[in-house]
Parts: sequence; C-alpha cells; structure tokens
Amino acid sequence: MKRSGVTQLALMLSPVVVTLLFATLILLAAGANPLEAFGNILAGAFGSAKKWGDIAVVMVPLALCAAGMLVTFAAGLWNIGVEGQIVAGALAATWVALGVQGPPWLILPLTLLAGAAGGAVLGVVIGALRTWGRVNEIFAGLGMNFVMVALTNYLIFGPWRPPDGATMSGTEPFPLAARMPMIGSSRASLVSIGLAVAALFIVYFLLRDTHWGLRLKAIGLNSAAAARMGINTHREMIVAFVVCGLMAGIAGSLQTTAVYFRLIPQVSGGYGYLSQLVVLLSGLRAVAVPLIVFFFGAVQVGSPRLELRMQLDSSLGGILQASMVLFFFLIKGWRQRLADRKERNA
Amino acid sequence: MLDPLVIATLQSVVASASPLIFAGIGETLTERVGIVNLSLDGTILLSAMAGFAAAYLGNSLLLGFFVAAVVGALVALVVALSSIVLKQDQVAIGFVLTLLCADLSSFIGLPYVRIPGPSVPYMPLGVLASIPVLGEVFFRQNLVVYASYVTVFLAWGWLSLTRPGLRLRSVGERPEAAFARGIAVNRLRYTYAAIGGALVGIAGASYSLSVKLGWSHRHTSGMGWIALAIVIFGGWSPFRVALGAYLFGALKSLGSILQPSYPNVPTQVFQAAPFALMVVALLVVGGGAAWVERYVPAKLQRGILALIGGSPPAALGKRFEQL
Repeated sequence: MKRSGVTQLALMLSPVVVTLLFATLILLAAGANPLEAFGNILAGAFGSAKKWGDIAVVMVPLALCAAGMLVTFAAGLWNIGVEGQIVAGALAATWVALGVQGPPWLILPLTLLAGAAGGAVLGVVIGALRTWGRVNEIFAGLGMNFVMVALTNYLIFGPWRPPDGATMSGTEPFPLAARMPMIGSSRASLVSIGLAVAALFIVYFLLRDTHWGLRLKAIGLNSAAAARMGINTHREMIVAFVVCGLMAGIAGSLQTTAVYFRLIPQVSGGYGYLSQLVVLLSGLRAVAVPLIVFFFGAVQVGSPRLELRMQLDSSLGGILQASMVLFFFLIKGWRQRLADRKERNA
Repeated sequence: MLDPLVIATLQSVVASASPLIFAGIGETLTERVGIVNLSLDGTILLSAMAGFAAAYLGNSLLLGFFVAAVVGALVALVVALSSIVLKQDQVAIGFVLTLLCADLSSFIGLPYVRIPGPSVPYMPLGVLASIPVLGEVFFRQNLVVYASYVTVFLAWGWLSLTRPGLRLRSVGERPEAAFARGIAVNRLRYTYAAIGGALVGIAGASYSLSVKLGWSHRHTSGMGWIALAIVIFGGWSPFRVALGAYLFGALKSLGSILQPSYPNVPTQVFQAAPFALMVVALLVVGGGAAWVERYVPAKLQRGILALIGGSPPAALGKRFEQL
C-alpha cells in the first residue's frame, strides 16, 4: 500500500508534535507560559539576519561529527569518544596556531591537518582499547573525553597560559594568520560550511559505493560472521574510529580557528554528545543530517534567550533535542508493532 | 591504634561509596535479568534533584528517597518497555535518556540550586561503633550508608541463595530455557528493571541528601558512568561491585589527600584520574583477563580470574520474543 504524501509528512512530523506536547507539559509544571517560551526560542533563533550565521556555526561541528559517526555506527560502534576527538583536534590546531609563524594560506591548512591528525590519534587510542584491550568503546570513549578536558585545562593554565595570566577565557587570541575568513559580518565561515558539506558527501559515497563501506556494514550487522568471511574486523574498526576522528578533529580545529579564535576550556561544547543524537534521529542516513542539524542549531541558538527573558534554564533546548529522538524511537517502534499485528491478523 | 585522620578518611571513603553501591547493585540486578539500563548518569542526576526537591518541599527525608526511587524506576521502565514492547535498541534508548534526564534535572531543578535543605543525620550504631577501627569506619555513619551494606548482602543472597534469584539469573542467561520452564521472562524483566532503577534513584537521593548535600547544575555528573563501569569491573557480582565502589572511593580520596603534597602536578590530573582509572580498570578485567586465559598456567588461572574475570549475562541486551 502506497501512502499519500500528506500521510507521509504527518508521520514524519509526529515526533515533533509529541515533543512539543511533552515540552509544554514540562513548562506548565515549571509554572512558565509554553507559548511565550517557544516564541522566545524562535525569536532567539531567527530574530535577525545575523542569527543565520550563528545557526551555521552550530551546524558545522554537528554535521562534521555526525558524518564521522555515520562511519562508526555503520560498523556497529558507539563512538562516544567523539567529544574528546573534537578536543584533540582543537588542541592540535592550537599548537600550530600559537607555535607556527607564516602566511594564512600556509597556517590555516596546517591547523586543519593538525586537527584531523589529533582526532585520528585519539581514534587509534579508542580503537586499540576496544579491539586489543577489550574495553567497551562507550567507556573507552568516555574516559578519553574526561582526559582530554583535563588536558585542555592543564594546557590553558600551564604551558599555553597567556602572558598576562591564565583565566577561564582561554589562551591568548590567535594571530590573524590563524583565523578563518568570515562571510561578511556574520560569525559563519565559508570554509567551515564547505568542509561540513564535503564530509557528508564523502561519507555518503564511502558507505554506499565502496567495498570498505560494505565491509564496515558487514561488521556492524554481525562482526563474528564478518570475521569468518575473512574481514579483519579489528583493523576495520580502528580505521572507522580514525575516520570519525579525522572529521571530529577538523570540527575541533574549526572551533578554534573559525569560532573562538583561541582555545577555550569548553571548546567541544557538548557537540560530540549532541551529534550522537543527530545520527540516531537520522536513522543512520547522511541525507537526513542537514535538516536535523539545522533544527538542532536553531534550538541551540534560540534557547539561551529563555534565561535572559524568562529566568528559565536554557536546558529546555536540550530537552527538546533529546526528547525528540526518544519519541522518534518510540513512535517508530509503535508503528512497527501495529504493522506486525496487522500482518499477523491478515 | 590508627591515626584519627586515617580513620576519618576511611569513614569518608565508605560514605562516599554508598551511592555508587546503590547504583552499581541496582544496575547489576537489571543486567543480570538481561536488560542494560545505560541511562544511569542522567537518572542519578534527575533523581538526586527530584529527591532533594521532594525532601525540601515535603520536609521529609523519607519522601525524598521515595520520590527518587520512583523516578529511577520510571526511567528504567522506559528502557524496558522500549525494548520489550517496541523492540528498540536498549543502548540507544539508554543513551538518549542519559542526555534527556540530565537536561530535565537542570531545567526543573533551577529553583533548588544551592539552597540549604534537609540531610540524613549522623547515627553511630551503639556497641558496633565502638569496635576499634572496623566499627569506627563502618558503623559511625548514617542510615543511608548502613542501608548500602544491607543492599549488598541482600542482593548477593537473593541472587545466589534463593529460588527467585535463580529464576532471575536464568532469564538473563537463557531466556528461552527459562520460558520453557514456565517463567514469565518479560514480566521478570520489567520487575527487576524497576527494582534496579529504584536503587539507582536511591543512589541519586543519597548524593543530594547524604554524601554531596544539596543540588546544583550537573550535581553528580559522571558518577553514573562510573557506576556502570563498576558493574563490569565487578563481573556482575554484588560483592565485587561493592569492592569496586570502595576502591573507587579510596582512589578518589587518595587523590585529594595527595594533591596538596604534589603542588607541581596540575589539579586537572587529579580531576580526570577517576575516569582514566575507570578505563584502566576495564582494561584489566577485559584485555587483562583475556591475557591471563591465554598465557597464565591453568592452575593459577582460576584464582586470578575469580578476582578479575567474569562475563556478562549471555542474553544481556537481547530481546526475547515471547508469544
């Protein structure tokens, strides 16, 4: 039975509707006006032309990490360490930006390369722990995330401390040669957006059209069977972590050279965990990622306004993002259940 | 006689391990019946907040612990229901709930940030408290800490000595065989997910009402992951889980004791150490155990593996199609 376009759209939007109902209940419970809250988020996200740039700034790391995680998820791996891989990229890029003198056309590509390498190195560590160390990748990744945050703080308050004293605001600002050019007066950079788009395309084709992509999916579906078929599962898993690390590392590099122009303590900003939600909501499909990161970006940019205007915590944004993924899964399961029942009765 | 300072330190180790024991034992029960509740880090935050708020508003500690237990059980039931009825991946649902509950705790908990509230009173246990060293360390605590000891013994006794405990384990290992022998597999899974979740909730309340008093943004962040790691480290066995919790508590206070003596070591090293140690501990029970199985003579293996070995319940995370 072919469904009409309207039904399809209604089904696709049902998690959004349920999420809004859920958020309405939470807001009512907190004694706040739901319409005012949603209105503030919308105004915060789209209130001025400049905001589009701000949304793009959030979309870039989310899309890059989501692209990377499509690879690890294809191999059936939960790369929670992507947050640490962002940080590793940021640290490597900062090392170049603060340490190497030269023209922008040399320094900027170097920061990107260094960032990618940084993320990849952490990918090797997580992959080695997972394969040879038999440590579940969720815990290996989480452990590394905490270690990377500590390393960042150590560097900011230690070796990379600004000459006039260390503060929570980070290292000294990068020289102009290590700053990505922005689009007009916005905060978005064309290089960042281009790299994020390229990453999604590359991953889409890698997974769809290459033998390597096929091998990863075989591991993801049944790693024991894949091993019997002669696939070196350990090597492929490590490679998957490395590829994800390359992209997360570039995201981290851009956080320093195109967003903050310095290394700050919270440089990864939780994007690693958030992009996990993006990938789950996409149903592991690269084509769905752009729309989802746009939505997540808008919520991220819009929700701080709740604190300014309504004395509410901006974590409502996180509630919207996470509950939408939860309801997506629950509705998917419910529909499947109804379909199964119908089939059984037929 | 031991130095009073050493006694005081050991007392704080035992006290600060109590929430980890509740959460670790709760998750052990849930995993032994075959369900992974990955949401612990978020559940502990949400129940710590809810428990504190309830105890504050109702001016009753008991109400606080009750509400926290209910919150923990409800979150665990969402995981169980999503898996059993809706056939969704437990790890995915658990991860999403981790983030969702953490954000819910920040949003709903905003009015309770850093306000003074009730706390579980100190209550030395009569004669037991005057036993040198052991009594001083273990029995000069509060009721919540005593409850953590009882929980370990009860969980061990239930799992190893009773008939319902045998059923619990059989459902986690061989659900098909258990079902064939007339055990309602999925009903047991709901039951122990809820009981385990309630213990995780109690862990949250024991932070906000006993160990780390009050509520603040991301008050217990990271502890849920530590508890999950302790379950693996503990090989899904209650006493080893408790041992893991005490080891973790000891290493943590060792860090805060050593910190002033090593001013050259940056404080960040001490902050990240628990999580790095978590990875090392899992490396020991994972890769380490595999190495022992391969290279250590068979005679020695049993003893070593009793300490660091242990495999997850065979049906952990797997759905059971009950018609």
